Amino acid sequence: MSLELEELYQDVILDHSRRPRNFGNLADAAVLVHGDNPACGDEIHLGVKFGPDGGLQDIKFTGHGCAISQASASLMTAKLKGKSRVEVMEMLRAFHDLVTSETAEAPKMLGDLRLMQGVRKFPQRVKCAMLAWRAVEQALRQSAGESIISTETDFVTP
Amino acid sequence: MHQVARADIDWKALREDFPILRQQIRGHPLIYFDNAATSQKPRRVLDALRHYYEHENANVHRGLHELSLRATEAYENARQRVASYLGAASADEIVFTRGTTESINLVAQAWGGKFLRDGDVILLTEMEHHSNLVPWQLLAEGTGARLRFVPVRDDGSLALEQLPSLLTPEVKLFAFTHISNSLGTINPVAELCRKARAVGALSLVDAAQSAGHLPINVRELGCDFLAFSGHKMCAPTGIGALYGRAEILDSLPPWHGGGEMIVSVTLEKSAFKKAPHRFEAGTPNIAGAIGLAAAIDYIEGIGRPAIFEHDAHLAGYAAERLAELPGMRMLGPSGQRGALVGFVMDAAHPHDLTTFADQYGLAMRGGHHCNQPLMRRFGVTGTTRASFYFYNTKAEIDRMIEILRAAVRFFS
Repeated sequence: MSLELEELYQDVILDHSRRPRNFGNLADAAVLVHGDNPACGDEIHLGVKFGPDGGLQDIKFTGHGCAISQASASLMTAKLKGKSRVEVMEMLRAFHDLVTSETAEAPKMLGDLRLMQGVRKFPQRVKCAMLAWRAVEQALRQSAGESIISTETDFVTP
Repeated sequence: MHQVARADIDWKALREDFPILRQQIRGHPLIYFDNAATSQKPRRVLDALRHYYEHENANVHRGLHELSLRATEAYENARQRVASYLGAASADEIVFTRGTTESINLVAQAWGGKFLRDGDVILLTEMEHHSNLVPWQLLAEGTGARLRFVPVRDDGSLALEQLPSLLTPEVKLFAFTHISNSLGTINPVAELCRKARAVGALSLVDAAQSAGHLPINVRELGCDFLAFSGHKMCAPTGIGALYGRAEILDSLPPWHGGGEMIVSVTLEKSAFKKAPHRFEAGTPNIAGAIGLAAAIDYIEGIGRPAIFEHDAHLAGYAAERLAELPGMRMLGPSGQRGALVGFVMDAAHPHDLTTFADQYGLAMRGGHHCNQPLMRRFGVTGTTRASFYFYNTKAEIDRMIEILRAAVRFFS
């Protein structure tokens, strides 16, 4: 087993891909974002509910895809529940840096998400890891209603 | 078909002709099973390119100096070589293009633009590569023509019993693949061409997966157009050809304008050369054409019947061994197939499988293979594909099985 593979597919990541957390439909979602990665057909359907303060009160997802995209969505939802919009955007940027940059040190605020750092050795898998995050970014942008995004869309954040 | 026993050929020795195959990937010997995407190049082709640039490089059809004459001769000899390789009646029936995709776009734009009318139908199949689908969608949008599709059966073959209701007189062109790049299905080309002709439709064969793998004779097949790429058959990237039956090719207008394709030009208008030069505006890929001719010489030196037999044997062996794995589903025919196997495994997504395999030096492709409608047809978003060529071995397939077994353990 190569070191890179072990770093990419850590036990926690495989566990989240096999038993994704927050997996299911969010009945009273304010926003529903359908995201897909056209390169591989991976899909996520992300439901978000905002609290009175505008933060993420609840977040759930369904869909299918590779271990990386499923684990990323699972870890992300677990981390983002209850966070303010500002915190979510901070984490989005930090997570993007984590999976793309060779030098950035993983910030502590990412918690378990830091386990995804192995993705940076596999540039062709970055989109898998970012799919759920792109969906949450879109959810924040529109605040209500339903929309469709893809990993090929241009995004505001890096 | 002329039979050459594959046992008479030293396949192991042929591997020595491919310098790239000697390398290690992450400490493991490279196993290259992505031949349906592009093949590797033998030294003979690499030498031909080098020789051309070192001894003959000049522009073609215009210089009166010695090098230009040499380059022109080599380029036109390559055209003749392609014509004889495909069994065309004349070299004038061969247009050099960048590959299959450009060949099909040429037909869609030059033929479709001139002859297609509102209400006409282009018949395709559900198993077409995007390169034999998207150009026709663009054409249909521009002309009001409609697209129709021959369905694919569960076993990966075409639902030929539905042809009578699909292949009607409104059909002006029937365009289909020779070998499916995801399923490995080998379509009955001669029969399909004959049926197209019976209703007055032209036929176009996408030979991307077949040109380097089995004998092709366009006159025996009875096709009107045939498109292929050099890079999937030992030649460099960026070169391929379109075969067009002379009578049809001559009736088509140019599709790209520029130098090389004209007889005379005034500020207002131009007169164009005959086919095939009418379709080759600008300086062509001269070195590529020469490389393609060298690749043809190389392949013919082995013999296409022997290559086909060898690859079919490998693909059959791969299917047999893959069937031993748990949670395995293979797409495509169970019997005779082209040199590839596409599959999905319960244990892991194609991208996880191919990433895993790559760590052991095994190059496969995971994804939709430019076949999104076909993937939907089979209820999958993508597959893992192992595709073979004559330099691959059974030992490599055994190693693939070991790696996939390790992947099952890892991901389960």
